[in-house]
Amino acid sequence: MLKNWRALLYLCLVALILAACSDSEEGTEEEEGDVITLEYWQYAFDAKVDLMDELIEEFESENPGIKVEQTNFPYDQYNEQVAVQVPAGNGPDIINLFYGWVPMYVDSGYLQPLPQDAFPHEEIEDEFFPLVEATKLDGEYWTIPTAVRTLALLYNKDLFEEAGLDPDSPPETWDELEEYALELTKSDDSGRLEQSGLAWEPAQQGHHWLRDGLTIQNGGQVLSDDRREVVWGEGDAGLEAFKYWLSFPTDLNTSEVGFFTDDVTAFMTEKAAMNIDGSFRIGTLQKDAPDLNYGVAPMPGKDEKSTGASFWTNGITADVEGEKLDAAVKFLEFLTSKEVMEKWLDGTGELPAREDVAMQDKFTEDEIYGPFIESLPFANAHFFVDETKERDLVIDAADRVLLEGMSPEESFEILVEETQALFNEYWSER
Amino acid sequence: MKFGKSLPYIALIIGSIIMLFPFIWMLSTSFKAPMDIFSLDIIPKNPTIENYLTIFEESLFLRWFLNSLIIAVITTISVAFFDSLVGYIIAKFDFVGRGVLFLLILSTLMVPTEMLIIPWYLMSSELGWTNTFWGILFPGLMTGFGVFLMKQFMEQIPDDLLNAARVDGMSEFGIFFKVAIPQVWPALSALGIFTFLSNWNAFLWPLIVIESPKLRTLPVGLSFFSSGEAESQWHLIMTGAAISVIPLIIVFFILQKHIIKGITLTGMK
Amino acid sequence: MGALKKESEQKQSSSKFNKLLSNYKFQRNVFIISALLLPIIFYLGIRLLPTLYTFNIGFRDWNLLSAGPHPFIGLDNFIALFNDSVFIKSVVNTMIYIVLGVTGQLLFGMIVALLLHKINRFVGIFRVIYFIPYVTSIVAISWVFQWILMKNGVINDLLVMIGLSPQPFLNSPDQAIYLIIGAMIWQSIGFQMVLFLAGLENIPEMLYEAADIDGASGWQKFWKITVPLLNPTIVFSAVIGTINFIQISFTQVVNMSVNGAGGPLNSTTSVVVYIYQLAFNQFDLGMASAATVLLFLFILALTVFQLKVLTRKFDY
Repeated sequence: MLKNWRALLYLCLVALILAACSDSEEGTEEEEGDVITLEYWQYAFDAKVDLMDELIEEFESENPGIKVEQTNFPYDQYNEQVAVQVPAGNGPDIINLFYGWVPMYVDSGYLQPLPQDAFPHEEIEDEFFPLVEATKLDGEYWTIPTAVRTLALLYNKDLFEEAGLDPDSPPETWDELEEYALELTKSDDSGRLEQSGLAWEPAQQGHHWLRDGLTIQNGGQVLSDDRREVVWGEGDAGLEAFKYWLSFPTDLNTSEVGFFTDDVTAFMTEKAAMNIDGSFRIGTLQKDAPDLNYGVAPMPGKDEKSTGASFWTNGITADVEGEKLDAAVKFLEFLTSKEVMEKWLDGTGELPAREDVAMQDKFTEDEIYGPFIESLPFANAHFFVDETKERDLVIDAADRVLLEGMSPEESFEILVEETQALFNEYWSER
Repeated sequence: MKFGKSLPYIALIIGSIIMLFPFIWMLSTSFKAPMDIFSLDIIPKNPTIENYLTIFEESLFLRWFLNSLIIAVITTISVAFFDSLVGYIIAKFDFVGRGVLFLLILSTLMVPTEMLIIPWYLMSSELGWTNTFWGILFPGLMTGFGVFLMKQFMEQIPDDLLNAARVDGMSEFGIFFKVAIPQVWPALSALGIFTFLSNWNAFLWPLIVIESPKLRTLPVGLSFFSSGEAESQWHLIMTGAAISVIPLIIVFFILQKHIIKGITLTGMK
Repeated sequence: MGALKKESEQKQSSSKFNKLLSNYKFQRNVFIISALLLPIIFYLGIRLLPTLYTFNIGFRDWNLLSAGPHPFIGLDNFIALFNDSVFIKSVVNTMIYIVLGVTGQLLFGMIVALLLHKINRFVGIFRVIYFIPYVTSIVAISWVFQWILMKNGVINDLLVMIGLSPQPFLNSPDQAIYLIIGAMIWQSIGFQMVLFLAGLENIPEMLYEAADIDGASGWQKFWKITVPLLNPTIVFSAVIGTINFIQISFTQVVNMSVNGAGGPLNSTTSVVVYIYQLAFNQFDLGMASAATVLLFLFILALTVFQLKVLTRKFDY
């Protein structure tokens, strides 16, 4: 017995030494000469990683002097991974960031503005959807996206039919959404939900829906035009939207936080009949729930049309200069070209950031992506000074009403106040 | 009388149900299609090994498995040796600064690892340890946990036993290996089990220090395709967890006998 | 000084013995120094220095994403911490986690170990069963707990069946923390069990045999032999359990709380979760490090206290 153990141990050691040797060889394969190597980081998402590998190959064959290396990290630890490298002076040359994180990155001096000769402001503002302005700060564009995503209403056609609703006419207005949600809800004798009419998770897309969807649809605004003041509480529009949002888990009783663990899982397992979700979910649904019979419709509106949007966007880090900067700019120009955008939609399901690419008939008429793309011209991307904290404030505002019985008026007032405090803190340091 | 004898069994069986239920549920979910994860059958109605195939096909599973094994084995050997040596010295020798040394070692446990990864990374990057096995395992080569554990157990060894060996002319290292270690065998195997486990499951540091997919450990590798943006693919997470836990259960099953079969005390009368 | 007995030194004073003694002392010192050399380098270089690095940051205005400069700001970070109600809440929660969680896991771990020590069939199987939760991925198992505890989950099904009203559990600011503690205890029973098994194994069988000859009852044997001789294990388990509980509370809380960040309404957040969010979501490494310093001092004080209060010297 003991001898076997030792043998196993030796084997492991030998394996280790072999492995260590083979890897150190790989490590020394550095290329000499005039080749410029760019480090590109994005989060780990299979479709994006694979497509990026293909694009890099294409880019490298067009630009023989430049090599691009892609590195990926899981979404949950992405910020951490970036942050840890800063004190060591390491990190990427081009980084793919969630747009909501960009103000914090700009604030700490991590990024440099995009060179205006390569990315003139007029050109960006003419050709891209206006929501990319969410990362325009101090009069500069700091990042530029390949693709954007919008929120829309996903609904389960089978459950529609079961409830006697027409699967081809999804709800279009606030009132209809309420009616449909009520029709689609089932409860058991103890009053527990068995089927939720509308999945409702503030922690997921719920907070975006409230800010960029409901508030603006109702004629309100979250932020002033200079993005310094939180004007959410001015007038009744914001509060009304907040109350409408909360009516699903309260008065209407069609929804519940944590229903079948989370909204995506509940919708996928046919426990929730409708969900407000992003175009980025389509790939997952196709892969994990191929039999799910669902439709997509633009987000139900009110006085104004609006939906939430978000995007992953590319920036150049502060230390990149000289020839490397030229190469980085070239790569960014390539990533934001029309051809890449079309490939991006096919490969990842994210929508082109350039208006003329997105609004082509072949895309707008797509059964699944069409409604998301149609929503692009009136999509809004909230300017986050601190995405996590602002999200948590909305969750807390909902919890105060749902769990502590506070009146929506009072809870909303606290939400506005605390959000303003975050903005004050952000702007006071600039 | 008979009832009295079966009482411990009854209590243990009831406890086992509570201990096992979530685990069995996890296993069961790993054999379900994503759309069925909420079905209440413990044995899936339409069992599928699709989740396992996905993981095996889309990952460098064997490579990651081997990486984890190598790292866990090396750190376990290192910890078992150094920690019991240091624990032994602190327990059985009087020297200047002994108390300070012990408190210093113990205090290393009191800073959350999350806050040490920045200086560790800085250090690894200076010394060229990033993206190497050595980089993954150096912080775990010795642990305050093990020193403390071994010290507690070494203290219980009678001094007479050690002195008798000294009179016989045994060297100090000889006494440590041949007299002290056999006395604390149960604690040493417990330490071995814990060290193996924590290194096998280690996530944050191996993730930070490794960039190359080939050098990932199993938990790090598996995390790459189970969590996405604001969503998690639970069927794959359950499968990944099942795959990485089974080797551990086997290791534990082999080692647990040693906890009991501590080598019979010698020389104590 | 030295392990050799004083009496023996006095009795024999021949020069031969003195030579032997000095030879022994030399050997002993060589042994101590050579054995401690590497560990001391390790603990100083890889543990202490990084810790001091972190502590230093606690007194600076340090944004994690910025390359510098990071000015010294004295105690500002600490003052900011005490003015943050979430930090205070996380401290209070951490205390609840420790008091209930550590007591719970010690108690259950000891009971299981004693039961396993008592039986002689299927011991191996039971040990594996009780150890399984400790090995299992926290992320995966937390989702199972969420599912068990959700409004439509099996526990609520049982409650409804016996005529009680369904409970919000993890969704309730009053209940969530206790359920998370429960899950943490569930997970650490196996760990404590192994420690206690090792401790029980170290008690020489002959002490019990001697007690049997004296006609001691089972209860007497437990209090007079088992508990005193288990004392080093109990001390170890309490100290390590506390430290571990503070550290693992991070993964458990992040995965089991409804918003993944110590919710609802911060009712489950712990100091480590708070530190992590400050450092890697807000990038405020200065304040996070300040909180680390406080956490360190707190655990240090608690550990010294536990060592003093719990350690008993017994004559065997």
